[in-house]
Amino acid sequence: MPTVLKLSIVEIKLYLREPLGVFFAVLFPAVLLVVLGSAIPAFRDPSADIGGRVPIEFFFPIALALAIATAMLVPLLNTLALYRERGVLRRLATTPASPAALLGAQVAVNLLALLAGCLLAWLAGRLAFGIPLPGNPAGFALALVLGAAAMGALALCLAAVAKSARAAAGIGQVVYFPMLFFAGVWTPGPLMPAAVRRVADFVPLGAASQALQDTWAGGWPRPLHLAVAAASVALFGGLAVRFFRWT
Amino acid sequence: MAIIEVRNLHKRYGDTVAVHDVSFDVERGEIFGLLGPNGAGKTTTVETLEGLRRPDSGAVRVLGLDPQRDRVELRQRVGVQLQEGRLPERIKVWEALDLYASFYRQPADWRQLMADLGLSDKRDAAYGRLSGGQKQRLSVALALVGNPEVAILDELTTGLDPEARREVWHLIRAVRARGVTVVLVTHFMDEAERLCDRLAVLKAGRVVALDTPAALVAAVPARRGERPTLEDAFLSLTQEV
Repeated sequence: MPTVLKLSIVEIKLYLREPLGVFFAVLFPAVLLVVLGSAIPAFRDPSADIGGRVPIEFFFPIALALAIATAMLVPLLNTLALYRERGVLRRLATTPASPAALLGAQVAVNLLALLAGCLLAWLAGRLAFGIPLPGNPAGFALALVLGAAAMGALALCLAAVAKSARAAAGIGQVVYFPMLFFAGVWTPGPLMPAAVRRVADFVPLGAASQALQDTWAGGWPRPLHLAVAAASVALFGGLAVRFFRWT
Repeated sequence: MAIIEVRNLHKRYGDTVAVHDVSFDVERGEIFGLLGPNGAGKTTTVETLEGLRRPDSGAVRVLGLDPQRDRVELRQRVGVQLQEGRLPERIKVWEALDLYASFYRQPADWRQLMADLGLSDKRDAAYGRLSGGQKQRLSVALALVGNPEVAILDELTTGLDPEARREVWHLIRAVRARGVTVVLVTHFMDEAERLCDRLAVLKAGRVVALDTPAALVAAVPARRGERPTLEDAFLSLTQEV
């Protein structure tokens, strides 16, 4: 069995044994959606402005962008920083396991957890508020995976250079909130000023959020957003492997 | 032919010189000990052999390979036990062995190793719940799971009770009998005396003596009719005169 697969399987098992990680990635999106929808009546009442549909429907892709950022920036960064701090990486450094296999396994695990979380969130949204399927399911899946890969690569890049678990958590927060802002978590869709939206197009999570919203509505992701996501994977992933430190 | 060659190794961290000028050869199939007080440069020396540290100057060859340039090949053939290396808290004993075995081209049978190191009844225990001695034994097993030609073991038996220490010694001799060259970092005199074919005694980053344990002891003049021990030899070599 290839090393990266074996490492991924072991990491999945370790992941499931760590309740906090499971909460952040798998349960968080569903909880967020249900809590928001239940707490704010305007979110779940059909509105005449949008053709009698429920506003939370439009918030769903943005909630998934938030889920991407949370799953990638919190547990992934934390795990790698702890591994470095506790000498787990140092021990691995003496074996033939490559940094690329180790980092690949981390992204794979968190990506799987994220997909499970998104599925759960959709089911919750369906049951609680009757949200529909994505307008363009294939495009939506593409936007989700590419967006997650872009944020995963960014997280790896941060984890590669953070010296301690504390530093990693700090850097994670500094990146997390601006990313959420550009994803439109506080200013969804038309509420976002045009200039900010222009910047958001070039920010990994901003592009992912736009692509999710476009495909949710039934369109295809814009080439610009796909290009931003792909470039993020290449750039940050490359930097992560290049500057990865075992100790 | 020497399987490990170290020539004029220097390594400093900032203003601190960790290894001043260390040279030695390790022959194929021997158990070679590095003995010295804390801070003598033992761990830094083996870390350059493992490719974890880059020497400031000097030459290091392990199995004819450069630990920095040929690290990928070297890691297939050298097993390492680190003084400060850990595993994730929640990984189970068998999972760690199975995972590490998968890294190597020709791994050993990890179930056999687990039995040899007395860990079979801890097969499903999480790493974080093992005792110090059990962690140490698992660490030795992980160093051997790749069927290495050279095993570098740092503080092999620290934290083990006397019975477990003797079991590990027995295992190391069995490993050597299979043709594996062993480099042992230790500060236990009895371990060095019983296990090592030759010893390099380090002091302040230099090799102050290199010989068989018996020859090191024989070089110490007897005092008050007492038969000198390796500890006497060690102290006379490493203490300031």
